[in-house]
Amino acid sequence: MAAALSPVRRTAAVVVHRATILFFIAFAIFPFYWMVVTSFKQNADLYVGATNVAHNPFLFNIPPTLDHLRILFGQTLYLTWLRNTLFVGLVVVGITLLLAVPAGYSLARLTGRWGERLSIGIFMTYLVPSTLLFIPFSRLVSLMQLQNSLWSLVLIYPTFTVPFCTWLLMGFFKSLPREVEESAMVDGCSRVGAIWRMVLPLSVPGLLTVVIFALTLVIQEFVYSLTFISSVQRMTVSVGVPVALVRGDVYYWGSLMAACLITSIPIAVVYNFFLDRFIAGFTVGAIK
Amino acid sequence: MTSTTAVSVAPTLHAGETIRRSDRRLGIVMLAPALLYIALLVAVPFLLALFLSLTNSSAGSLEFSFVGLQNFENVIASPVFRRALRNTFVFTFVSQLAVIVLGNVLARALMKSFHGKAIARFLILLPWAAPISLATLGWLWIFDSTFSVINWLLKVAGWLGPGQWYYWLGDPTLGMVAVIMIHVWRMLPFSTVILLAGLTSIPNEVREASAIDGAGLFSRIFRIEIPMMKPLLTVAVLFGVVFTFTDMSVVYLLTRGGPYNSTHVLASLAFQEGVLGGDVGRGAAVAIFLVPVLVVLAIFMLRTSRRAEVV
Repeated sequence: MAAALSPVRRTAAVVVHRATILFFIAFAIFPFYWMVVTSFKQNADLYVGATNVAHNPFLFNIPPTLDHLRILFGQTLYLTWLRNTLFVGLVVVGITLLLAVPAGYSLARLTGRWGERLSIGIFMTYLVPSTLLFIPFSRLVSLMQLQNSLWSLVLIYPTFTVPFCTWLLMGFFKSLPREVEESAMVDGCSRVGAIWRMVLPLSVPGLLTVVIFALTLVIQEFVYSLTFISSVQRMTVSVGVPVALVRGDVYYWGSLMAACLITSIPIAVVYNFFLDRFIAGFTVGAIK
Repeated sequence: MTSTTAVSVAPTLHAGETIRRSDRRLGIVMLAPALLYIALLVAVPFLLALFLSLTNSSAGSLEFSFVGLQNFENVIASPVFRRALRNTFVFTFVSQLAVIVLGNVLARALMKSFHGKAIARFLILLPWAAPISLATLGWLWIFDSTFSVINWLLKVAGWLGPGQWYYWLGDPTLGMVAVIMIHVWRMLPFSTVILLAGLTSIPNEVREASAIDGAGLFSRIFRIEIPMMKPLLTVAVLFGVVFTFTDMSVVYLLTRGGPYNSTHVLASLAFQEGVLGGDVGRGAAVAIFLVPVLVVLAIFMLRTSRRAEVV
């Protein structure tokens, strides 16, 4: 097939292919490139105005600076927001594991046919959006006197981590051969003992995936955090940066973009390693 | 528990067969905490949302009385709501159409092997992994009224003449373009990866056979590949629609629904009315309008998963 094409057409095909890839890469990374440039530019280089055609905003026209980073780490609550996020993230990961690991195993092994139906139902709850639930939750949170407390997020975030992680773990447990537990049970282990001693050690990759996803989902969450947290000291990073780094009408774009960049890139890198498993979670049943 | 019964039953046990009674009991015990949590914190709040939409409850007090369908009547009568309803559909439809077309092109390009493919894939996937609120902030700066780099490029390219200027977020049409652009940017990686999985699942023999039978590129794509990857195409579209349809972060951070409430979507309007405005009943009523579409999508999804199981 390919040999039938003339060299000219083959070269043309390669050029079109590379150009397509480059176009999509440019589109995908442009905002991140822009964050990098903005984070390190001096204000005199940053606030020139786009009407000045002679001033190329893509380049450093004056030497770069670390001032914006100094402001971000020294004069803002960015580190506090990171700490808050990490706190909520770790507690939510713990709760998620406690609920989703037994549930995932149960659906994979112990519940048979109705478990399959139920698992689809559980996955469906992932579709109930935060933008529908934040109104009833705001009632619930004020009833429980949790307004403006990180514990409100700890209470609510598992509503999106548990369904998805249960689903992922169920798929993972199903992929393990049944002989794993059965041989241990032949040797006199109880089912629970077999899970603890044989299944869980083999499931470390699956558990790690779940930890990463629960953590990234928590870091990405915006709507609930915006609704329930009002004091600046208690904000999570996804809300603190857009809401509290903007002082009045003045945007500190250098520090803002630095905050976006420093938060986004590590998550994006880690996330990418696990993405295929995440996508597999969405497409279970659709590939056969 | 009792290992002797396990020995006798275990070897014959596989999917669909009867499960030992002690195992079934253990299964229920292990499932109960997660189910209870989901029932209490997803199902009950969902019902509470329906309930609140029928009341005049407000953020300040816990007292309320029933007002029937009054909230819905008020909401439907409001032009801001009707605009938000229309916007929600326009944003979702246009951005998902673009995502599916571009996603197919991109997935096809990523099928071929080339130097630096792993890096290209990593870079293309970045938008989906970054926190949406922070990514939107990056776009806010790109669309800035004075410093927009897009305007600079258009100026240099000669598209914008002297005195001409685009106020991206100050103009209803341009504001909508900006919102759609961010949704496309964010959802494209997600759909591409799913479509790529669909393309790779088509056996090579099928492609070779179609080439031998003389099928051209277009008939191969539209008659063979797209029908074969239909389940995955459905998954990509359904989730893309859910994520875009229910999102409020992009609109809230980019335009706050402005200018003149022209770019609101249902979710951002519900937030404005129910949380910022304190009119919980009215906010709930706005958000309830998300439900019919979600129900339709859920039914589609169940059908897809069932069909895939049967085949």
